[in-house]
Amino acid sequence: MSRGISTSLDANGFKTGRNPPVTFNAAVLLLLILGLALIGWLAGRARSAMLAGRSGSRLHSRPQYHGWYVALWLFAPAAIFLAIWSSVSPGLITNQVLTSPAAKSLPAFGFERSAILSDAREVAQGKAAKVRLPAAAPLVEPYETATHRYAWIGIAAMLALALAGGLYAFTRIRPDFRARTRVERIVMALLLLASLVAILTTFGIVLSLLFESLRFFSLVPVSELLFGTHWNPQSGAPVADTFGGIPLFWGTVLIGAVIAMIVAIPIGMMSAVYLTQYAAPTVRKWVKPCLEILAGVPTVVYGYFAALTVAPALRNFAVAIGIPNASTESALAAGIVMGVMIIPFVSSMADDSINAVPQAMRDGSLALGATPNETIRQVLIPAALPGVMGGILLAVSRAIGETMIVVMAAGLSANLTANPFASVTTVTAQIVKLLTGDQEFDSAKTLAAFALGLVLFLVTLLLNIVALRIVKKYREAYE
Amino acid sequence: MSNPTAPTDWKAPAMQKRIARRYAAERRFKALGLGAVLLSGFFLAFLLFVMVGNGARGFTYTHVAVPIDFKAMPLTIDAARLDDPDADQAIASAGLADIVAFAADEALGDGGSGLISENAWKEVRSEIKADPELLNGKSVFELPASSTIDIAAKEGAKGDLGARVDALKRDGRLSTGFHWPFFRNADATDPAVAGIWGALKGSVLTIFIAFLIAFPTGVLAALYLEEYAPRNRWTDLIEVSINNLAAVPSIIFGLLALAVFINWFGLCQASPLVGGLTLALMTMPVIVIASRNAIKSVPPSIRDAALGVGASPVQVVFHHVLPLALPGILTGTIIGMARALGETAPLLLVGMRAFIGDVPGGICSPSTVLPMQIFLWSDEVDRGFVEKTSAAIIVLLIVLLSMNALAIYLRNKFEKRW
Repeated sequence: MSRGISTSLDANGFKTGRNPPVTFNAAVLLLLILGLALIGWLAGRARSAMLAGRSGSRLHSRPQYHGWYVALWLFAPAAIFLAIWSSVSPGLITNQVLTSPAAKSLPAFGFERSAILSDAREVAQGKAAKVRLPAAAPLVEPYETATHRYAWIGIAAMLALALAGGLYAFTRIRPDFRARTRVERIVMALLLLASLVAILTTFGIVLSLLFESLRFFSLVPVSELLFGTHWNPQSGAPVADTFGGIPLFWGTVLIGAVIAMIVAIPIGMMSAVYLTQYAAPTVRKWVKPCLEILAGVPTVVYGYFAALTVAPALRNFAVAIGIPNASTESALAAGIVMGVMIIPFVSSMADDSINAVPQAMRDGSLALGATPNETIRQVLIPAALPGVMGGILLAVSRAIGETMIVVMAAGLSANLTANPFASVTTVTAQIVKLLTGDQEFDSAKTLAAFALGLVLFLVTLLLNIVALRIVKKYREAYE
Repeated sequence: MSNPTAPTDWKAPAMQKRIARRYAAERRFKALGLGAVLLSGFFLAFLLFVMVGNGARGFTYTHVAVPIDFKAMPLTIDAARLDDPDADQAIASAGLADIVAFAADEALGDGGSGLISENAWKEVRSEIKADPELLNGKSVFELPASSTIDIAAKEGAKGDLGARVDALKRDGRLSTGFHWPFFRNADATDPAVAGIWGALKGSVLTIFIAFLIAFPTGVLAALYLEEYAPRNRWTDLIEVSINNLAAVPSIIFGLLALAVFINWFGLCQASPLVGGLTLALMTMPVIVIASRNAIKSVPPSIRDAALGVGASPVQVVFHHVLPLALPGILTGTIIGMARALGETAPLLLVGMRAFIGDVPGGICSPSTVLPMQIFLWSDEVDRGFVEKTSAAIIVLLIVLLSMNALAIYLRNKFEKRW
């Protein structure tokens, strides 16, 4: 935010002899108009009360609504102007600097030009003490005057807007003025706006993933990413047969949908059955939050645990029983720890589904002489199965989107192997690997990360939609 | 089935056997259930045990007592300059590091300077700045040991190193105590001076930004959807997208933030601002869903009563429904914020994994967060960082658990059953 019209005063001795630059920034200005709005609020409230007292008629709206009306008129236009001005003024300042005689000697294009300009800007705004590039020195002075000038234009225009808005609203105050209706209309607009953020985020995700992925697919065909079997991305121009995603997808499925589920489903289901059907209420009251702690442990902690404790132990075990290719970054370590993380999730979904089965079915089965075990296995679980399946699908979608555990414990070598003691890699781990290197943003490597993200997003979206539909249908069946 | 009217003979041995078998199955099943619960409890206990076992030592550090005689090795510096802002620079260029290394060699024997941390002279520097009188005589400084010595002193070691540490212990030169710099410093390459304060402050700033954006937006959106929204295609779309956003993998939000906030808007990279915005988008759906449940549980009679005495729809919601739903909303918000606080993956993509040796100054300066610090330290080769990592994990878990405990407390204290 501070990259707007901000020139903060510098405390170092390097700029003695010059006028101190105008000291303000967007945050200070925001506070200023908030203060003005408070004054407007008080004034509007007082004026409406006074008018009502003088004319003896009743106010349509209570005084504070008049206050809010004035405050909003004062604040909103000025704040909108402030936001726009902060984003355009750096461009205006640069334009003015470029018209100055000192800018004639700048290189025409490219990195050097922008480096010189930003260097001069930083000194002019007091962020740096002295120029690093000698070419930037003559530009400091024009930058200062331009910053100064546009700062004052900005302040003046903003204050004028605030005062004009405030005065307009202030003069409209009358006892019969419907201030409340108008304020409430704005509140409603605000509520609608807030709920639109969710849609905006969804569109933002879809568009940004799609846009970058299309650029990737113009370099590498879709079919290669989806069906290629060799993954070894290099920076620079894409080489044929290096962006095959199958080993990644296989690794993701092996860790998230196979190993993690083999751990999580039995333990989670049995915990849920025990806690809902057998445990005393006090036991349930204490054990359930403890299980939920497992879900609250950050994934980076699980990842560290997997890499530090589980993976070496598993490797030693594998070596002891003579399994080839045993790696310290095994799929098994990541999968087991991920399964432990998912247990509370599966357990609470199963818990909900079992509880949603009508009590009459359970009572009926017990009354016929079935033991609790037979009731659970032959009545409750079949009846709860759709809900449980939905829960498991959600758990799978969560497991394949999990990042930190696989980044820290599963390794980065893309092997197409079914040996759980070998190292495999996943989609999420590769996204992280592709984007945390030092390559430039437009290379095929970084774009590939977005394409992988798109695949991940679509798969989890599909799993979620199917799961939610199953769960919903199942709930309706018993309601 | 041949004779349906015949009474079942419960005493018959075949029947008895069958019943016994069924009861045994029942017992097995129950034991299996109990086993599953105990197994998950065991995982949790084991995880905590490993972390506490490794991490408890991370809060302490070993110091070596080294006498330094500034009369024999004068530090040529003007005492008046010690109050200058550039005193650090002046002392460094006066050669304090060499003096300390020499003193260590002299006091601890051959290779003594290798036994103390390479940053030990900075400790001496701050003590000199606090008390310039030290420059006029001989005094004993408690200097942080090198990380090898620290580990050897705490865990025991074999061979030459072990003998050396034992000798130092016999001389009474080693002391292991609580290590405040762990809470005061930012990240460093030397475990003796690396701390979590920078990451902690980054976390606080990031979460603050996330809260500032996600809480109002989430609550307002929930109010709209629950109280005012007409049932039409648009509100359905909003609802579907909120439910789906809550289940989108967190790393996708990182990709969004990278594409939009950094590459398109050009916001400051690796800053709490961008991190907070990312986490805000991620937590907002959680807050919306929790708030909607809380708002739903406020009985309609409250709304009817308020409408009946002449309140406008907006007044009904903001004067009556919202205050009554607030405890539930806050509980959901705290849980969402705790989740955001432990999140690492999306922040990896917006550049917060760089090494940051300074405590962040503001929301636009490069910084890291606590989970990221854990991730970065877990990759360090230096063995001294193993216990630092676990210690940072303990701090993170304590913060998260107390947030969750606060949420549960709020729920129990203020939740009304209508």
